[in-house]
Amino acid sequence: MGGFDSPPMRWSAFPYLLAAAFALTLAASVRVANVDPRLLVDPESLGNVARFVRGMWPPKLAPDFLQLMVRPAIETVQISVVGTAIAIVIGFPLGLLASSSLMWRGVLHEQRVQRRRWLVGLPGYAVARAVLSVLRAIPEYVWAFVFVRAVGLGPFPGVLAIGVAYGGMLGKVYSEILEHVDPRPLETLHASGATRTGVILYGLVPQALPTFVSYTLYRWECAIRASAILGFVGAGGLGQQIELSMRMFQFDEVLTLLMMLFVLVAAVDVVSARIRARLL
Amino acid sequence: MTGGGARVAAVPRPRTAGWLTAAAFVVLLVWSYRGTQIDLGALVGGEAMRQIGGYLAKLFPPDLSAPTLRAAGVGAVETFAISFVGSLLAVLIAFPLALATDRSLLYRGVLYEGRPPAGARRAVRVGVYAGAKAVLNVLRTIPEIVWALLFVFMVGLGPFPGVLALGFHTGGVLGKLFGEVLEDVDPRPLEALQSTGASRLRILLYGVLPQAMPQFVAYALYRWEVNIRAAAIMGLVGAGGLGQRIHFAISLFLERELLTLILAIYVIVTLVDALSAYLRSKLV
Repeated sequence: MGGFDSPPMRWSAFPYLLAAAFALTLAASVRVANVDPRLLVDPESLGNVARFVRGMWPPKLAPDFLQLMVRPAIETVQISVVGTAIAIVIGFPLGLLASSSLMWRGVLHEQRVQRRRWLVGLPGYAVARAVLSVLRAIPEYVWAFVFVRAVGLGPFPGVLAIGVAYGGMLGKVYSEILEHVDPRPLETLHASGATRTGVILYGLVPQALPTFVSYTLYRWECAIRASAILGFVGAGGLGQQIELSMRMFQFDEVLTLLMMLFVLVAAVDVVSARIRARLL
Repeated sequence: MTGGGARVAAVPRPRTAGWLTAAAFVVLLVWSYRGTQIDLGALVGGEAMRQIGGYLAKLFPPDLSAPTLRAAGVGAVETFAISFVGSLLAVLIAFPLALATDRSLLYRGVLYEGRPPAGARRAVRVGVYAGAKAVLNVLRTIPEIVWALLFVFMVGLGPFPGVLALGFHTGGVLGKLFGEVLEDVDPRPLEALQSTGASRLRILLYGVLPQAMPQFVAYALYRWEVNIRAAAIMGLVGAGGLGQRIHFAISLFLERELLTLILAIYVIVTLVDALSAYLRSKLV
């Protein structure tokens, strides 16, 4: 370490402060979270685990049970698709509004800044950012819980929950993509006398679109995991079945359901990865 | 991505494939829309919208009485603790498993050129690789909420099963991500170290890890942001934190208290996001 010509290291308090803060946070968190590793080797706990594992094997593969589970499995996929579609509908306009380069600064506004157009753009930008931050900071499960209360059990609250929570995430990422496109093609178009619409259509969209699609597909992968779980609060899909089987101590059914979930998630991953590989 | 430099002329991509994919997605969407039996017409300006609006109206104003605020504060601290310890446990689980899935350390690649391990040695190492991969797959496939149910069943109610659940699931996710980082490190420094006669442990310590560490830290911080959200819902199955209180508030129709708790989630999640972004900018 430390070659001859490396500059002399300046002493910095940062690593020490960071280490101290880390140690303190860890110690406090371990206390608050009641971490007790002894519980893991406690005979009673181990007995519970053994009961669980014994109950799990073999997985329940009775035809009538499998037939019953086809519907929730399909529902899980459908919730993820419609949920992601709603997320795009929510996230796209908010993402545009939350992009500083579209709203109030940068190459698209070179003459407009002088005319104080940012007075219009800036408030819209700020409001869109705030809405996106609320949508995505509240986990989809909490949204689902609230929507189940509002519109009742079934896939509908699941769709809404994914739409709202993922809309917040997509909107934020869309705005980041828009803000980080290469400005040079936009400037060229601008200099050649293109209108604002022209700059957006021929400069911005072609650069941003592949990343948009790719990130949206990635979110779809996450949505199928989420939609499988939202059932735990009554929002349809496989999760509802897992929760029921767990409560009834039918662990062989749980194993079957987990295997179905694994297959679904893997299938969506493969489809999405193939499309993304072609895009980028 | 990192384009292959040897490509002479870009082959024009068939446009029809793109249109077919788009058409397939439209079909998928229509099928899903019908399958979920939702009615967007009813949502926009219909009965469902009134229901949601009516429910949201009941949430206001948030209950800001001292006991509720205290409950929200305690819940938020507990949620933070679960996410923090859970993420750390995940790193502890992921790190050794990721090393065990690094084939270039085990039996192939530049470090074994000319003298790959043979026979039983190779079989053992391939076995280690396959075993670690399988463990990571199981850890990752089982969602954190199912792990939480399992650990509640094992060690009882409280935040500790939440910590274990986050640690196991995220351990699987991080193990996979760490493994990808390890397989992608630049092999040239490793070869240079090897040519000086360094042992494999030293190659790992001075060649592989210095390259991989910034990515490891970035991924761990990213998963911490995911875990603070997950920790906020662990309580729905009895594993502590804000989720447990949210569960009570919803079940007991305490809507105004519910809003206070949701606001607490917003605050703690935003805080962790900002902290993580700050640490990433400092460390990576």
